Amino acid sequence: METIPSANESTAAIVMPRRRVLGAYLEEARSECLRYARNPAFMLPIMLFPGLFYLLFGVIMGHSGGQGASTYLLASYGVFGVMSPGLFGFGVSLAIERESGLLTFKRALPMPPGAYLPGKMMMAMLAAGAVIMLLLVMALTLGHVLLSLAQMSALLLTGMLGVLPFCALGMWVGTVFKGQGAPGMLQLIYLPMAFLSGLWFPLPMLPKFLQQIAPVWPSYHLDMLALAAVGMKHGPLLLHVLVLVGFAAGFLLMAARRLRRHG
Amino acid sequence: MNDSNHVVARLAGVLKSYGSVAALEGAALQLRGGELLALLGPNGAGKTTAIGLLLGLIRADAGTVELFGLDPQRIEPRRCIGVMLQNAQLPPTLRVAELLRLTASSYPVPRSVAESAELAGIGDLLQRPYAKLSGGQQRRVQFALALCGRPELLFLDEPTVGMDIEARQKLWAAIRQLLADGCSVLLTTHYLEEAEALADRVCVMSRGRIIHESSVDELRAKVALKRIRCLSALSIDTVRGWPDVSEAHRERERLHITTAEAEIVVRRLLEADPRLAELEVHRAGLAEAFTELTRDADEASEQLQREAA
Repeated sequence: METIPSANESTAAIVMPRRRVLGAYLEEARSECLRYARNPAFMLPIMLFPGLFYLLFGVIMGHSGGQGASTYLLASYGVFGVMSPGLFGFGVSLAIERESGLLTFKRALPMPPGAYLPGKMMMAMLAAGAVIMLLLVMALTLGHVLLSLAQMSALLLTGMLGVLPFCALGMWVGTVFKGQGAPGMLQLIYLPMAFLSGLWFPLPMLPKFLQQIAPVWPSYHLDMLALAAVGMKHGPLLLHVLVLVGFAAGFLLMAARRLRRHG
Repeated sequence: MNDSNHVVARLAGVLKSYGSVAALEGAALQLRGGELLALLGPNGAGKTTAIGLLLGLIRADAGTVELFGLDPQRIEPRRCIGVMLQNAQLPPTLRVAELLRLTASSYPVPRSVAESAELAGIGDLLQRPYAKLSGGQQRRVQFALALCGRPELLFLDEPTVGMDIEARQKLWAAIRQLLADGCSVLLTTHYLEEAEALADRVCVMSRGRIIHESSVDELRAKVALKRIRCLSALSIDTVRGWPDVSEAHRERERLHITTAEAEIVVRRLLEADPRLAELEVHRAGLAEAFTELTRDADEASEQLQREAA
């Protein structure tokens, strides 16, 4: 027979063992991954656009430019592909969950306050990893690109970690716009930023002015890291890493503040 | 008395406004262990704000908000509650069992998936994706999510909207079982019969205040209004002038009268208009009850202001 504790006893008994708290984080991450993996409307565009672009420009048209072009575009379209699960996976889902009441429900539950974000981050990182893997397979089989195992791993790692600054940006947009307003806004950020960072056409092909302002965009810095990963760029990388970390931290803070204030 | 030990949720002197609109103006509310309190009131009365405060979703401008004696914005007291909100759309592609597992993972000593499913009567739905369920089935799943953490206090916001009669009665039976096990429930509803079937006490809210708090029977006695409908040539103004008529209006041909003394008004109607036809007398719904209670409250406050002036 269970006894019903009085309010005083129960408040003492509601300490959650650390293992269960960790379990709650894992459950949340698992559910996030499952729900997006099962949602073709989310996964298809993320995989399809970078895949098609790479097939067209990197494999079919890239042959004229030789192996160098295929490798160069592998990095660029990889970054292009990595941006979208960060921006859309985070931003759109947050905007929609704010509108649909799911976020309210989660806030009322005794969910560990941090579990919501790592869950989504994990999902975005896995989706980013999947995009890079897809492009790698295409590059190796169709594009005849030659990469060492270390280079491939470096590119994969760059993609999976490189999604995080875009998660932060997407999250901030998701806290500013509610529901269906967010996807449009994110497209307005995503496509121009990708173009201006030289992800569609290599930067030297763009006007001088655009080349000069390219370092403003986080995708430019991620592109530098991805190019270094596949051996197309040499030189110090620390500055690019720092810019991305700072960018991520800045937008994360702004988003967290908005979430706390406005819910 | 050690009754205060058993207060599981409390609002006292709470003020909350959104911009210049006051949502709560000094609301006070106490919920004790093992009881079901029904919170009634028209839209915009402040029910959602009151619940949002107790769930820690929003912060009061002034006053006391306590859940198990603690600030509900802390996580510890929320580990003892279960929540069923009115408009929460759950992830559509997750299966019911996965939703239960996920929600239960936030609680220290949750019920098993099977136990929660059985209590809520959704054992046959566990492998179905949430989006494939009917509205009534989704409500039952949300109820299962509310009880899966073995809560001591359940917040049920309009739990049976969209359910058919059978599902509604099953849910009521499940709520009674939880109450018998010592769980407390804070229920908001538009259905008077739901409050009648379940509640120990009812609170009626209007314009950010609690204007009536009593047992269900006392509330019923208080709002014993009847609604009369008939086809009649009588003018509205004549009928409005009669004693005992609390409200009268015309919708197309039909005269609608609200009164506490249906017999007297009907007799007078028949005398005044021999050609009166299609006479109907209904017991007033909750809507009229609110109107009546709210008007009483408004008149009282106006009178107070006049006396003060």
